[in-house]
Amino acid sequence: MNSFTFLASLLFLSIAHFQLQAQDDLLSDLRSDQNVDPGYVPSIFKSTRILNSHSVETLHKGNLDFRISHRFGKLNSGAYNFFGLDEATIRLGLEYGLTDRITVGIGRSSYQKTFDGYFKTKLLRQRNSKEGAFPFSLTWFSNMAINTLRTDDALLNANKSYEYRYAHQLIIARRFSRFFSFQVAPILIHTNLAETNQSNDAFAIGGGSGFNVSKRISFNIDYVYRLPDNQYKPYTNSLSLGVDIETGGHVFQLIVTNSQGIIEQVFVPKTEGLWSNGDLFYGFNISRQFNLKKNKKM
Amino acid sequence: MVPWIINTSVFKLITILVAGFVICAPAFCQVYKGKNGKVKFFSEAPLENIEAVSNEANSVFKATTGAVAVLIPIRSFVFDKTLMRDHFNETYMESNKYPEATFVGKLEGGIPENVAEDKVVTVSGKLNLHGIIQEQNIQVTLKTDANGFLNVTGKFRIRLIDHKIKIPRIVFKNIAETVEVSFELKLKQTE
Repeated sequence: MNSFTFLASLLFLSIAHFQLQAQDDLLSDLRSDQNVDPGYVPSIFKSTRILNSHSVETLHKGNLDFRISHRFGKLNSGAYNFFGLDEATIRLGLEYGLTDRITVGIGRSSYQKTFDGYFKTKLLRQRNSKEGAFPFSLTWFSNMAINTLRTDDALLNANKSYEYRYAHQLIIARRFSRFFSFQVAPILIHTNLAETNQSNDAFAIGGGSGFNVSKRISFNIDYVYRLPDNQYKPYTNSLSLGVDIETGGHVFQLIVTNSQGIIEQVFVPKTEGLWSNGDLFYGFNISRQFNLKKNKKM
Repeated sequence: MVPWIINTSVFKLITILVAGFVICAPAFCQVYKGKNGKVKFFSEAPLENIEAVSNEANSVFKATTGAVAVLIPIRSFVFDKTLMRDHFNETYMESNKYPEATFVGKLEGGIPENVAEDKVVTVSGKLNLHGIIQEQNIQVTLKTDANGFLNVTGKFRIRLIDHKIKIPRIVFKNIAETVEVSFELKLKQTE
């Protein structure tokens, strides 16, 4: 090979190489022009509830969530009761995303004929991006519940505010991977009229986790531990196991729990069932979301 | 051997060529760039029609070589229903794994001389979507407007299965197998 051919082929190769490189350069050029993506984790849990407990999630702006939460009777109540299927308690809820960070909701439970209303706001959001990362999301949740069972108790009838009960929670959650999310939530339940020898305030810590077995199905655990000072007999800690199935605008949650109540005021301090006795309530939550406001960015 | 090279015209030729590529004098290398281009996709299915828009498509076009590149962040697509965006990113596009869609291609036959009027040309290249690269030949319309922008518009179809975007049976009637993508890019000549 003489020098000229050598140089010519070298030249050809370098141009060919340059052209290849140019294509990649074009793309990396475009990448550097791109707006910075804040890298918020889109969702930590599939639903606004782990199973019984509220999850860190709030609704999107303009989304109305119609929730049906249903619990059958005790599994160990025998064949006469068709293993609990003869009985049912239910909570119907309407919840709405005022903004992407603020959700409000109202509900009515058949258990003790209770009305509840809640406010929930996302204070911090987990971020994973090169420009900035934050390890967890933080949501503040508060609700109020009123038991409207008729009673002969003169004291209760004289002052309705005795029936008011409140729950406050700070929910800290992190999505560790595509497959695993975890949250921990300190809970305060305040009861205006406490049972004899019991404090008006009950403290507990909720722990919940989701294991995504596929994109649409996750296996969830929801546990509430009452701090030692609040462990009044005969109540126990609430433990629920369940499965989330997500199909577009619906989330179905199948649940087995030792709590009959569906709101914090009941399942945190007043869970009566014992897993070891088979005092289990089978049930489900159905969440259907309606988009009431069209996205203005379209 | 070195002195021999310096004395030949081959060296001069190389110098000119290399300088031409590296320095890229304005006259040599007309580069058009576009930010915030609009890309829309439309899925027509028995139960619902789904439409999403991104206004964050960045594009570049080199008139000398005819090279074209377009980049769209997947998360920039917005939907009518906000919940759809979550599902789009998490379930279908897996945007944490594949954060962007790119197209790298070439304008067939070079840029037409006069694009004051609508000119239809073909751009062929590779579409990288959901981590899968597919060849696409796209008919595009070029037109320069009064403000000196090069407007590039067109549409093409994507078969979701070609890019391994899976639709579960349960929402089969909600999502089409083929979606139509249309785009409006505005490019400005840079120096």
